[in-house]
Amino acid sequence: MAVITEVPSPFCGVGTDDLSIQVDGIALKVVAYGCAVNTPAFEQAIGDSNPRLAGKSVSLEVAVTQAATLLAQTKQPVIGGCATDVHGMRALLSLADRCGAVIDNMGFNAARNNFLALQDSGWMNTTLAEVKNRCDLLLVVGTDLEAIVPRFFERYLWNEAMFLDDSRQRQVIYLGKPPSGNASTSPNGQKAQVLACDDSALPEVVGVLRALVKGQPIRADKAGGIAVADLQSIADKLKAAKYGVVTWGAGALGINSHAELIVQTVSEMIKDINKGTRCSGLPLAGKEGDLTANQVCGWTTGYPARVRFSKGYPEYDPYLYDTHRMLANGEADALVWVNAFNVKAVPPESELPTIVIGRSGMTFAKEPDVFIPVGTPGIDHAGHAYRTDNVVAIRLLKLRESGLPSTGEVLSAIEAEVQGVQHAN
Amino acid sequence: MLIKLTGGKVYDPASGVAGLIQNVYFKDGRIIDKPGDQPVDKEYDCHGKVVMSGAIDMHTHIGGGKGNIARTMLPEDHRQDPVPRTNITRSGNGHAMPSTYVTGYRYAEMGYTAGFEPAVLPINARQAHMEMADIPILDKGGYVMLGSDDYFLRMLTAKKDQKAINDYVAFTINAAKAIGVKVVNPGGINAFKFNQRKLDLDEQNVHYGVTPRQILQVLATAVKELGISHPLHVHGCNLGVPGNMQTTLDTIQGIGGLPLHLTHIQFHSYGTEGDFKFSSGAAQIAEAVNKNKNITIDVGQILFGQTVTASGDNMRQHANHKFANPNKWVVMDIECDAGCGVVPFKYQDQNFVNALQWAIGLETFLLVDDPWRIFLTTDHPNGAPFTSYPHLIRLLMDRTFRNEVLATIHPEAQKMTTLASINREYTLDEIAIMTRAGAAKLIGLKERGGLAPGYWADITIYTDNVNREAMFSKPDYVFKDGELVVVDGKVVKTKWGTTHIAKPNYDASVEKDLKDYFDRYLTMKLGNFKISDDEITEDERGSLTVHPTKTAI
Ligand SMILES: [Zn+2]
Repeated sequence: MAVITEVPSPFCGVGTDDLSIQVDGIALKVVAYGCAVNTPAFEQAIGDSNPRLAGKSVSLEVAVTQAATLLAQTKQPVIGGCATDVHGMRALLSLADRCGAVIDNMGFNAARNNFLALQDSGWMNTTLAEVKNRCDLLLVVGTDLEAIVPRFFERYLWNEAMFLDDSRQRQVIYLGKPPSGNASTSPNGQKAQVLACDDSALPEVVGVLRALVKGQPIRADKAGGIAVADLQSIADKLKAAKYGVVTWGAGALGINSHAELIVQTVSEMIKDINKGTRCSGLPLAGKEGDLTANQVCGWTTGYPARVRFSKGYPEYDPYLYDTHRMLANGEADALVWVNAFNVKAVPPESELPTIVIGRSGMTFAKEPDVFIPVGTPGIDHAGHAYRTDNVVAIRLLKLRESGLPSTGEVLSAIEAEVQGVQHAN
Repeated sequence: MLIKLTGGKVYDPASGVAGLIQNVYFKDGRIIDKPGDQPVDKEYDCHGKVVMSGAIDMHTHIGGGKGNIARTMLPEDHRQDPVPRTNITRSGNGHAMPSTYVTGYRYAEMGYTAGFEPAVLPINARQAHMEMADIPILDKGGYVMLGSDDYFLRMLTAKKDQKAINDYVAFTINAAKAIGVKVVNPGGINAFKFNQRKLDLDEQNVHYGVTPRQILQVLATAVKELGISHPLHVHGCNLGVPGNMQTTLDTIQGIGGLPLHLTHIQFHSYGTEGDFKFSSGAAQIAEAVNKNKNITIDVGQILFGQTVTASGDNMRQHANHKFANPNKWVVMDIECDAGCGVVPFKYQDQNFVNALQWAIGLETFLLVDDPWRIFLTTDHPNGAPFTSYPHLIRLLMDRTFRNEVLATIHPEAQKMTTLASINREYTLDEIAIMTRAGAAKLIGLKERGGLAPGYWADITIYTDNVNREAMFSKPDYVFKDGELVVVDGKVVKTKWGTTHIAKPNYDASVEKDLKDYFDRYLTMKLGNFKISDDEITEDERGSLTVHPTKTAI
């Protein structure tokens, strides 16, 4: 039995890398710095690690051949999930390029709120260490932060800061969803200021806040149930702060259609604040490989996600190439589902030939045509993953000897066989 | 396999060969002497052709987060230039910031066999290497950015001695797997985080009380004392600001003879004369470069058209966002380490400033005497995409063509440039120096950038053509490590290049203080920050090539 320290996590999105994990054969136990997200993800049992064809155990070779045979007969398969490490994504994109597939990563409907704002007007953003050391005012928009990132406050706010005399004096303001717990309460007892409104009122509220930052007159007394005077005080605080940070979870805004306009309004407001002082956005989006998928897809195709290869070159459409939409509209002729992180993230139901490359232990209501259990990056094999701030890539470690293949190995093997079939034809 | 290139006109400045008809032999990836009676396996008739080593781009933004932001931000630019897959090549897209595979193919198709990413943020170095690992054919490497990181500035404030700085610099080069050190707007990226909007050479950072001049002095000394071949790579203060010529001259004077490489100097060569208070400082800059042998430069030529600027200089990029075209832009502060700014630009020949920028770059090329100390760059993609190099070479080699283009730009800009009166035309030998032998020497690449026996067989063969743009756009053959990768300007085979790095020695005790700093202030453990060798090599296509330093481990 050994304890491995300073283990980086691909699960929580913030790249926590202080975990201590006890390894006993193939059993893992988080013995220090666990959280509600990371601990169960690391401790998940391997389960049955045999590949299966329609529920029947087969060898890896047979499963790979069957997957390749299925794929070689398709015209436009969709590869969904896309939850794996950098090398797994490389293999996935290579396979998609060869098969003329559409690729779509799981969390993109959420991340799209950020990407559409980026592609339309851009932003001024920051990263976690800048937040930790410089942030004197945190505005949380429409997001229950501790529910998404349980250790956010402990690690990045209520912690030593290079440029603040007393990090406990930082101000925290919630706009929209109130916090579900007390993580945002300062160690000195200071509670976060909460200006609550319904999610549906958020577009109106951030619109008014941006107008106030710009000094535009507002005739109404209230916006989305919040007193305009209170919003004015937030605008004043943002302008008075030395290094304000505005954060949001792209997925938390999702109930509003066109939530990208909330992101855009907030981002343009931040640009306005920077005419006088410093202020930055911190978009939180993505865990379990979402940002990794977007990054690798970005440098390989030029587009972050939802790319179609069936014309022989990459085409991007953030709406049309949605896995669920394509399946529902009969636009795909096979489904490949890749998720090496989460046994609960199973493929959407489909009558199409289905190939699942999934974390070992994944179970299904309806057995797919091919299921190949793979190891988890950061547990069963080394790899790389991106953090939620989209700048820092973490080095994932191999913690145990499970014998499970990696996503990259399996997808490359399938591609090699597809290539063989294509040549034979 | 023994390969013979027969009867070509060879330009190999590294060996002092300038246009001699010679045969070149190579075997197992390396150039060899004329073999005895060993039979030649394959012979290429190179009569009427020009033979050079593969070109090396010593400053091109091909790997790292800001480039991927630029890609992701500009889907409309990619849609103009889709690149279909073939039996041997991957799909992707091109134009301003091409996808990684297309980057490799297009460089190779112009006869380039290596490219160096100049702005590797230590905390983002993993990404830079991962992107470059997906660039086929080319060798690659990077210069790691220092000078605005809080750890370094704390050292200066604490008056740590030069030895301690050297250890930190060497540690960072090793941790980031770099081959050189770059400084961008020295201390300015940091000052921007404290809401300073400009930082002159002798202006203090409000928090640290440190000036850019001090930073340059200390880092240039560290690079020299560590025996790093590549001089400190400097993106100076005040990029793009009218009058910044004086800052650049002061930077050259102030460094006291230490080796410095001043990058994309075109953006730092502006005066304030004329009706528009914007004028060319190229003559004064070139004079200073000619006089000071410790200085090397690359130009950062702008060429007209749509591109995107991606820079670590978030302070200046923020100031320039009002020129964004299309109007969208990104500025980031990054991890107490550095920052970045991504601003799309459309350089227009009928815009006075853009037109004069174009002329300033060309004046600089033509007024600097020594081709071993000036390098051909557009600061891809900042001045123009790298795919415009053949056009730029023609502008340098063909005075008639140059003057034809000059006659079409903004008329006031024509009046403000001496370009029409400059007769110089670059020779093929000078082009080979700038893009091959000189670049390899500057970076400190062993056995690259030349055709002498023992060198790697990175070779480009062109058909001699008075239209130099046509000639340099479409080499007949390109060999990489002895393998034929391009025929008639098209990739015929792909392979993977190596990653060039340096491993300067340092006192391991430097990690003690760093570990404490990482634990207290950063969001990653020191042990997880360092890039291990296997991260580059584990996928079986990457490799590391270590180049010597005076103090190598
Ligand atoms: Zn540059």
